[in-house]
Amino acid sequence: MSALVLDQLLFRWPRQAAPCLDIAHFEVAAGERVFLHGPSGSGKSTLLGLLGGVAVPERGRVALLGEDLVRLPNRARDAFRADHIGFVFQQFNLLPWLSALDNVLLPCTFSARRRARAGRPNEEAARLLTELDLAPELWSKPAALLSVGQQQRVAAARALIGRPEILIADEPTSALDAERQQVFIDLLLNEAAAVGATLLFVSHDIRLAAHFDRVVALAEINRAAVEIEP
Amino acid sequence: MKAVLLLAMKSAWARRLTLSIALVAVALSSALLLAVERVRHDARQSFGQSISGVDLVVGARTGGVQLMLYAVFHSGAATNNIRWESFEAIASNPAVAWAVPISLGDGHRGFPVVGTTPAYFEHFRYADGRPLAFAAGQPFAGVFEAVLGSDVARALNYRVGDRIVLSHGMAELGPEHADKPFSVVGVLAPTGTPVDRSVHVSLEAITAIHLDWVGGAPLPGLSIPPEQVRKFDLAPKEITALLVGLKNRADVFRVQRFINNFRGEPLLAVMPGVALDELWQTLGLVERTLFAVSALVVVVGLAGLAATLLAGLNERRRELAILRSLGAGPRDIFLMLTVEGLAVTALGTALGVALLTVGIALLAPFAQAQFGVHLTLRPPAGDEWRLLGAILATGLFASLAPGWRAWRMSLADGLTPRS
Repeated sequence: MSALVLDQLLFRWPRQAAPCLDIAHFEVAAGERVFLHGPSGSGKSTLLGLLGGVAVPERGRVALLGEDLVRLPNRARDAFRADHIGFVFQQFNLLPWLSALDNVLLPCTFSARRRARAGRPNEEAARLLTELDLAPELWSKPAALLSVGQQQRVAAARALIGRPEILIADEPTSALDAERQQVFIDLLLNEAAAVGATLLFVSHDIRLAAHFDRVVALAEINRAAVEIEP
Repeated sequence: MKAVLLLAMKSAWARRLTLSIALVAVALSSALLLAVERVRHDARQSFGQSISGVDLVVGARTGGVQLMLYAVFHSGAATNNIRWESFEAIASNPAVAWAVPISLGDGHRGFPVVGTTPAYFEHFRYADGRPLAFAAGQPFAGVFEAVLGSDVARALNYRVGDRIVLSHGMAELGPEHADKPFSVVGVLAPTGTPVDRSVHVSLEAITAIHLDWVGGAPLPGLSIPPEQVRKFDLAPKEITALLVGLKNRADVFRVQRFINNFRGEPLLAVMPGVALDELWQTLGLVERTLFAVSALVVVVGLAGLAATLLAGLNERRRELAILRSLGAGPRDIFLMLTVEGLAVTALGTALGVALLTVGIALLAPFAQAQFGVHLTLRPPAGDEWRLLGAILATGLFASLAPGWRAWRMSLADGLTPRS
């Protein structure tokens, strides 16, 4: 079964004539690790919104794990996101006033499924943080006091806890220096492989695409003429 | 949802400095509103309880409010006195059970002197018909004997057996009747009424200290020593007012008409309850204005709270997007902001009640001494609960704005905040 299927998808922002996304078909197999490449302004954020179920297309299908998000009620879409998707964003991923450990545990407070799959959430969070090489003395610190690199590793641990089937990363390395970028990407790739999660990595920086199973340019699949911001 | 509320609490704690400023504003404004309401209620209560069991208050013809002011509250002065014959005529009316004369005009160190008869202690009632009680001593019997209200005794530290000198008029440093000192024979128990602030002496005493006075000043060259006053006729010629009790309350209008149409001189009889209401009405405008102003202050406080929450929202845009990615719906976000505002309002009003309690505990003795208003230390009651409810409802209403804005924001932003 495919982890992710977009079919005959059309999305238009309110009060805009031209569609922003017009995708005939796009599919990601379960366990596949895909690098989705697109310059900023090419509709990446919009696509992420559709995949996360916070936006709904004008028509077409957004199927994750065989479930068509478009046909789910709002509440159920929010719950689906909590249960099955782990997100890593550009930066400022964490609630600054929560400790690193509590940030990792957040998905378990929102989703019973993630909590159940995590087994003992606290131990699982500790295991993930150790694996992501975050020193234990940092775990109880407020997230705001961590360095950007540390914050991104905490964010990765949060995305991974409770083994969601799909990981979506949106420019997660943009705040890191070049050296650390590749380290972080390898880390994500390995963790995704270890839990058998599907990884969709979205970035404008094609140089990061080296170790992925497949590289897709958004421009290839999106038929809508998108204005590229200068 | 529980998770969202828990996070809302932690998030609020992280912003405790700004929120506590809004909290203090809500606390102070609700304390002010509650204080105005409490003072209003208790003042009215003290007012209404200042006299009871008296069916008619009678004085020279004037306004009903003015008559009450001088006859009951001993404030202001009567324009005219009543002749003793008029008193006797009213007292002997078959419908009248008792009549107590009151003669005002003198003072003792700022406290009014009430010339009356021992019957006063027997018939005067206050609150729900409570009689006067003696904390020490007994009613006056001799000419130069005085009974003090509890405030007078406490403020001037007098005890039974002390000697005091009355002054002419109410001025604190007015001319004194120094040649005729009085001895304190009784001190009354506190009543929370103007009685507490009065010095009671007999009508004969009032006549006696004015024997050698004419027109507000001692007669030059004439001095009558206290031992000799009994040689004179001390029967009063005039009094200021009288309190009347009826055998049957149903006769009150008939007796009132009889007094108001009295042939001997122009008199006025008022029913204390009605006159007190009328008196309170004249204060109503002030009272309502005060209430409206403090209600406005509460609105300003809550608007400040809404502004604080709205201003903080831009900085929290990331936070809201993260919560969204974790599975929070726009409704959760709306709830989070609204509950935060409501919680600050609730905490603020609770703090306001605490402030009020402490404030009343500290200021009650002052209010009692200065204004004769007895402020009660008690948990909120009746109208005050309604006020607290109204503050909470307004707080909820004010919190809807940031909630609504956050809801819109989280819909527009989705997972990627534009900031």
